[in-house]
Amino acid sequence: MFDSPNGRIAMILFVVYLVLYSGFMLINVFAPALMDETPLAGVNLAIWYGFLLIAAAIFLAFLYGALCRPASEDSDNAEGGQQ
Amino acid sequence: MIYEPSVMATIVFFAFVGITLGLSFWLGRQAKSSQGYFAAHGQIPWFVNGVAFAGDYLSAASFLGICGMIAFYGYDGFLYSIGYLAGWIVALFIVAEPMKRLGKFTFADALNSQFDSPGIQIAAGISTLVVSVFYLIPQMVGAGALVTPLLGFDHWVGVVIVGATVMLIVVTAGMVSTTWVQFLKGSLLVFFSALMTIMLLSRGFSVDNGGQDGHDFRALGPYSPGQLAPGETLSNDNEQWTVVDSTKAWQETDFVQLEQDGVVTVWHEVPTEDGQVRLTEAQSITETKSGETLVNGLPKGKGEGEAVLHPTGYLSDLPGDQEETGPVGPLGFFSTLQESTVIRWPKAFVFEEDSKTTVYYQKPTPGSQVLRPGEYPGFQGIRSERLIDKLNFLSLMLALFCGTASLPHILIRYYTVKDETAARKSTIVGISAIGFFYILSLYIGLGAMTSGALDVTNSNMAAPLLARSMAEWLFAAISAIAFTTVLGTVSGLILASAGAVTHDLVGRMSSHKLNDTEQVRLAKLSSIGVGVVAIILGIVFEKMNVSYLVGWAFSVAASANLPSLVMLLFWKGTTKEGIITALLVGMTSSLGWILLSEDTFTQVYGLSADQALVPFSQPGIVTIPLGFLTLIVVSLMTQPKTQEAA
Repeated sequence: MFDSPNGRIAMILFVVYLVLYSGFMLINVFAPALMDETPLAGVNLAIWYGFLLIAAAIFLAFLYGALCRPASEDSDNAEGGQQ
Repeated sequence: MIYEPSVMATIVFFAFVGITLGLSFWLGRQAKSSQGYFAAHGQIPWFVNGVAFAGDYLSAASFLGICGMIAFYGYDGFLYSIGYLAGWIVALFIVAEPMKRLGKFTFADALNSQFDSPGIQIAAGISTLVVSVFYLIPQMVGAGALVTPLLGFDHWVGVVIVGATVMLIVVTAGMVSTTWVQFLKGSLLVFFSALMTIMLLSRGFSVDNGGQDGHDFRALGPYSPGQLAPGETLSNDNEQWTVVDSTKAWQETDFVQLEQDGVVTVWHEVPTEDGQVRLTEAQSITETKSGETLVNGLPKGKGEGEAVLHPTGYLSDLPGDQEETGPVGPLGFFSTLQESTVIRWPKAFVFEEDSKTTVYYQKPTPGSQVLRPGEYPGFQGIRSERLIDKLNFLSLMLALFCGTASLPHILIRYYTVKDETAARKSTIVGISAIGFFYILSLYIGLGAMTSGALDVTNSNMAAPLLARSMAEWLFAAISAIAFTTVLGTVSGLILASAGAVTHDLVGRMSSHKLNDTEQVRLAKLSSIGVGVVAIILGIVFEKMNVSYLVGWAFSVAASANLPSLVMLLFWKGTTKEGIITALLVGMTSSLGWILLSEDTFTQVYGLSADQALVPFSQPGIVTIPLGFLTLIVVSLMTQPKTQEAA
């Protein structure tokens, strides 16, 4: 599945989000005090990071939609693989 | 609390249900074949399907549970919002297009696409059924919780109304009407939530001493410990109380019972810096063995000599000693709250020989604490020094991340659009609508926390009660939408279960091959069967927390279904034996872990937390990897001989 161009794009974007999400979990677990900091506009990092994760999910979804090739073209370019 | 039924809410509610049923009957004419019944002929427009995803997903847990958890504990409820949305990234990037390409009616179809194994079909069917039933319970409990204040009915009546209505919808039209109901509901939910948020920001914050019923919660003291001895008299400007000679059970707590005119009320002892004690008014519900219920020392009721709990949820301080802020901006909302003090109302229990008292007491909490993770009892471990305490949080966040893409009622929605491109586009629309709603959930939850309308006994009612605090028509609309939220999600779940029974279980186990008409008939019968089971469980589990129950469903779904789905796509060595074993091991291990956990011991069995047999409550961090490991090991042991030779 991930041998096709669309599959590769999906994989890259998935990893980008996974890094962001893991960062959020790890800060909460290993440096929870960081979440109390108010880096901007008097709003704490916990809220900024939470909003960032939601905004990033929406942005990456649209980016994927914009970068994807039509299904027929995508399968023509697939190099094989399980599916 | 005792709720006054609202005439407007009742009218709006029945109008919603009427329109929904009318739509179902009308659309039902288009779904005579099994392809139409289960997959709406694959002809649902992608945008409609995307909003219907939001309708399916923003269930009672999201709308009622998350907003309620934020209203009671602050930021921690938002962690669920973040986790639930993150799960959609897995759905979009990994699952969406293959699901559409490989399957036809059910999740099992996709898993079985290259094996044609009855074992996979049956195991996946059982898993679908188990996850759907777990997910159904909180929806039905949520329905009952909503009906009580909305229509003044008992909990069980709400459960039966939802169950019966959903069965009618599903039996009449299957996936076509279910999709349009979800579309309608998803759109209205996001629209009215946005409207409520705008009204909330326009209202701003104000300082208060109590909730919307006008009762000011009192404080007495400070006193030295000797002044609180039994029989001592305490007074403020115009009232007088006598300290009660309480039983040992009370003496072991930091509560004091005071008597005034024969009525005993409960007060919370708050130590002051100079070693003295202030008393702040608490609220209490006492249930005696004889069946009597006392609220704040009086029989429960709204008549003369009776009492109900006062609504709560207010700020005791605003930055710069302001009394009210006026309208605030989207960021100003948080920065103001960050510098304020919120009065939260945690609860404690006092058990005496012939009664149980639940005490709700004031806990002034800095806004900065409310707006960070770690206030909810389940997440307090993240600030602990012990790694094992932190694992519970990590485990839940992992289950939420992996669970969405494994929920059967979400997965079957990929079969209602015409191709993979439409599946992708509808997921993008779904993510946008759901993400936007989850941002609003933080405003709505925190707004409810400071609305003066909170019911301390029922967090699920926070969002509807916030709406009521702003306008009766908004309450009517929000309650009706919340009810259809439950209606829509239950429809999807029952349909997923019916598909599993018809295609995956009976279809595979029966020697007789069902024709198209028989399949639809069996699916409708299954829907009624599952609907009846859901009604019964919704009544039985009345007292269970909605979010807690949804956590079960996500953990079981992620542990049972995701390993097989992902490995099938990623690893050529996956075998049918590996998939079957992983499905069964993932399902049973996560279920077993939940049943042996501290949460279940304390909340379901009523036993002590020390007796729990697993070290933390959320199973995902153990059982999801276990599912993957099982699949890999069993697949390696059962590789086809031809491949070994090669």
